[in-house]
Amino acid sequence: MEKTDYLNLYREMVIIRRLEESAAELYQKGKIGGFLHLYIGQEAVSAGIGSVRQPQDRLITAYRDHGWAISSGIDPKIVMAELLGKVDGCSDGKGGSMHMADVEKNFWGGHAIVGAHIPIATGLALGDVYLGNDDAITICMFGDGATNIGFFHEGLNLSKVWNLPVLWVCENNQYGMGTTVERASAVSEIRQKAEGYGMANERIDGMDVMQVREDVSRVLETIRKEGGPYLLEIMTYRYRGHSMGDPERYREKEEVKKWEENDPIGIFRLYLINEAIATDDELDEQDAQAESIVQEAVDFAESSPDPDKDALFDHIYAEPTPIEYRGYALEQESEGN
Amino acid sequence: MARITMREAISKALWEEMERDERVFIMGEEVGVWGGTYAVTKGFYDRFGEKRVRDTPIAEAAIIGGAIGAALTGSRPIAELMTINFAFVAMDHIVNEAAKLHYMFAGQFKLPLVIRAVSGGGRQLGATHSQTPDAIFAHFPGLKVVSPGTPADAKGLLKSAIRSDDPVLFIENATLYQSKGEVPDDLDYLEPIGKSKIQREGDDVTIVAYSKMVPAALEAAKQLADEGIEAEVVDLRSLRPLDMDPVIASFKRTNRAVIAEEGWRSYGVGSEVSARIYELAFDYVDAPVKRVAQAEVPLPYNAKLEQLALPQTEDIYHAVKEVIYG
Amino acid sequence: MAELVTMPKLGFDMAEGTLVRWVKAESDTVEKGEVLAEIETDKATVEVESSYAGVVYRHLASEGTALPVNAPIAIIADKGEEPSDDDIDALLGGAGSQVPEKKTVQEERPSEAEGTQAEEMAEPIEEKATSTTPVGGVRSSPLARRMAEDHGIPLAELDGSGPRGRIVKQDIENYLESIDAESVAEGTEAGGKELQPMTAYTMGEVPEDEVIAMSRLRQAISRRMQDSNQNFPHFYLTRVYKTGALMKLRKELNQLLPDEDKLSVNDFILKATALALRQYPNLNASIEDESHIRRHGHVNIGVAVAVEGGLMTVVCKDADQKPLRLIAREVREMAGRARDRKVKPEDIEGSTFSVSNLGMFGIDEFAAIINPPEAGILAVSAVQNVPAVEDGELVIASRMKATLSADHRVTDGAEAAEFIAVLAEFLEEPMRLLI
Repeated sequence: MEKTDYLNLYREMVIIRRLEESAAELYQKGKIGGFLHLYIGQEAVSAGIGSVRQPQDRLITAYRDHGWAISSGIDPKIVMAELLGKVDGCSDGKGGSMHMADVEKNFWGGHAIVGAHIPIATGLALGDVYLGNDDAITICMFGDGATNIGFFHEGLNLSKVWNLPVLWVCENNQYGMGTTVERASAVSEIRQKAEGYGMANERIDGMDVMQVREDVSRVLETIRKEGGPYLLEIMTYRYRGHSMGDPERYREKEEVKKWEENDPIGIFRLYLINEAIATDDELDEQDAQAESIVQEAVDFAESSPDPDKDALFDHIYAEPTPIEYRGYALEQESEGN
Repeated sequence: MARITMREAISKALWEEMERDERVFIMGEEVGVWGGTYAVTKGFYDRFGEKRVRDTPIAEAAIIGGAIGAALTGSRPIAELMTINFAFVAMDHIVNEAAKLHYMFAGQFKLPLVIRAVSGGGRQLGATHSQTPDAIFAHFPGLKVVSPGTPADAKGLLKSAIRSDDPVLFIENATLYQSKGEVPDDLDYLEPIGKSKIQREGDDVTIVAYSKMVPAALEAAKQLADEGIEAEVVDLRSLRPLDMDPVIASFKRTNRAVIAEEGWRSYGVGSEVSARIYELAFDYVDAPVKRVAQAEVPLPYNAKLEQLALPQTEDIYHAVKEVIYG
Repeated sequence: MAELVTMPKLGFDMAEGTLVRWVKAESDTVEKGEVLAEIETDKATVEVESSYAGVVYRHLASEGTALPVNAPIAIIADKGEEPSDDDIDALLGGAGSQVPEKKTVQEERPSEAEGTQAEEMAEPIEEKATSTTPVGGVRSSPLARRMAEDHGIPLAELDGSGPRGRIVKQDIENYLESIDAESVAEGTEAGGKELQPMTAYTMGEVPEDEVIAMSRLRQAISRRMQDSNQNFPHFYLTRVYKTGALMKLRKELNQLLPDEDKLSVNDFILKATALALRQYPNLNASIEDESHIRRHGHVNIGVAVAVEGGLMTVVCKDADQKPLRLIAREVREMAGRARDRKVKPEDIEGSTFSVSNLGMFGIDEFAAIINPPEAGILAVSAVQNVPAVEDGELVIASRMKATLSADHRVTDGAEAAEFIAVLAEFLEEPMRLLI
């Protein structure tokens, strides 16, 4: 990595942090509606994995997806616009916080139903194998809570039976909503579930972005060489609640504080300084840049317009199709794409 | 043109489309080595191999979810649900994912996906294997739901579904598999999704039906014709999008309608068609629209009871006599 | 710039109108040509369009008020404009006109706003009680109702063959055939209907006298008919017409025609009358002054249509020029509008001679009162199968009576009788109507 790459990686993590903080403020002002799941504390995971995956590798995740959107390369302006439901958002304002995607950047969303994207990830890998995209790996993120739902088992099992190139990544932030892993899972280490499928598995630290990069590069290499699915359990922590409005009765403030001492941004900053890759001032400058990028994003999103009311009927189908509107046939034609 | 069964028509459509486009492949339970539990894919495994005719574990969510993912990459999977009764296990993927991904991501996600499923009762398979929940799936915008009543329509509609870039639920009926009809040989024979079809013309009453109820309606129409009553049979073919134009045009002439479906009456296809008739042709109504449907019971095992619960040709006949005050 | 909207003159004899409903509320924007309000006149309720674009600054009349023509009813201002009191005075032409304050929401609420929940509930329950009997007390399918309206058939006269006495399409079709029938009618009870038992006799309370307000329409009819009957010298001529050929021709022609153009007997009569009037222009005339008669260039036949609360005359213009099917269609459409109280001014103006047909009610003979300033009116009665003498033999034949009421200031008995004879030629040899 060149120095600029390090600085960019650092700045990316700070952008994610600031973007999430701004989103929280906007939510409280009523400008973001619905659910808002913040990635604060987990930045090293998306930044790390995002920086080592190859362009042909497909990324898919669950609803805590703003960090992944940024790490996939989507402009923060567009991410913020989507959060505010504006037409300039990556999903034209029709997806919201949980449904960000950019298929041109090989980022397949952003999914709201717990675990439902897991069989879809199996399918993405299946598609690549079927079409002969031999070098592509599907990287599927999910939380500790999702490992207990049926979809997880069906998806993982099938990926192993058909030997599909999937990197299954569990972002274990210790809580499925308000329920700890011990109270929800039969095994204490998520990676153990892969044993049930005869699948290679590993547990790694997720607060150190350089460690994440090293470990994930290695595993991707293994999959590319040897084929087959692999389960990675990444230990991380979310500093805020499950989503906005979470009273966090399920954990102690002290616990959160302890993890905050291991702030991934702090850890990376220390690393860069200790390895003499960058100075405090340079990093402060990156901080300032990140802040202004996020502020620009907020300004952009606020001045972006709402989607036109006709957009209600766009994209229901890919092909031009008469659309039933309030029970009366043929009121509208779908645009088709 | 050839006189073949609906099973053969469906089989041919699958085979021809797989030969035509390499991106098309089939996945489902027992579709490969077994040849399909209804023998629809018999011979496919030998011809196309395990890459294109994929046997899956018993894991409907993975089958449909997997098909969705594969469709997103640009392949054109045809997922088979052994019966539509197993669709509930994959309900999330059918109605929450397949129906909505294109919309939620503003058109970025393309889903050229076909889900084939067998619906209907009448073979003593017990309540949980005998349902006709078609209306439930037709409820969701973003999904296309199609169900043929004749072999020709089965071939033409399935080809259209496979070539469509939208997710299509293609609902077959097991008791119709051996029904015979004239089917064009043309490799590009297509029937349009979202268009109803007049299967029989008449001026005295409009019978709206689809799938299994189409042959039943045609049979009832024959009996009525002997009494000088000419029924027009409109085959919906698509439940979503629903084409009411031929139904309304017919109703404006006949002023009476009977709607026949194999599912239950409450919240069924007939409810929707009936409501639209009143909305679009109120001044033409001479009698309340009558719905012929399954008795509101889980379908029992005993053969006689089962047939008692299912809608029959006579039910359509009697319903017509009621609406014409004859 | 603020503009004043006044009560428009919607008819040659409109003196005042009632503002039934404001379509645009205060503060609404309005485009030129958009409907501003609904105003009721003697004849009908008319949608009045705005001549100005802008914002409805103020209503100067409240819903339900009657005002003379040219009275101020609203002010339309430009968007954002706030006309001063002086501006408003100037618009209204000086002091003396009361300008109501801009209504606040509270004022609009009815004064008895303290209705309790229970009272509010009472209304729906009342409605429920009446809903067990169908609308108008007659059970019929929507289609049958529509067909009955189109043909002017009173539903209450029919028996329904459907469940619970529902009148259905077949019943209407049967009825139409029976009045067309040239075959021997056995029995005299209307079409062989069974005698319906009467409801049980009870000696009940005798209701009090009830005083009802006359609608504007009723008042207008009252004035005009009194005027006509008292002031113009009417004389009356009655004749029996042989209608066999007419009925046969009508049946044949209707097989060729779509529903909206189907011919009624009255359509033939309108055409025949119009053609006969061409030959007797004195009957297509009006008194111009004490020494002049104006013979009208157009032959515009007025057709009397029963509407709720009275009678309206819709006008088929140039009936002598129009083919039967066009007369049928126009009259059908205008009558529909009249019944829905959506009549257009041109529908009811310009009549030079009128026809009133009570045949559908089974009347054998009546005389109508002339609509001033016309000179005559033809009162048409039912087409019936009656005993008649033809070639010295007693036969059952189709006959219809019609009575001409004529204004003796403009014409005489002999002339009127000739007119009737010519009319008879057209009606009894109906092929003449087609050439």
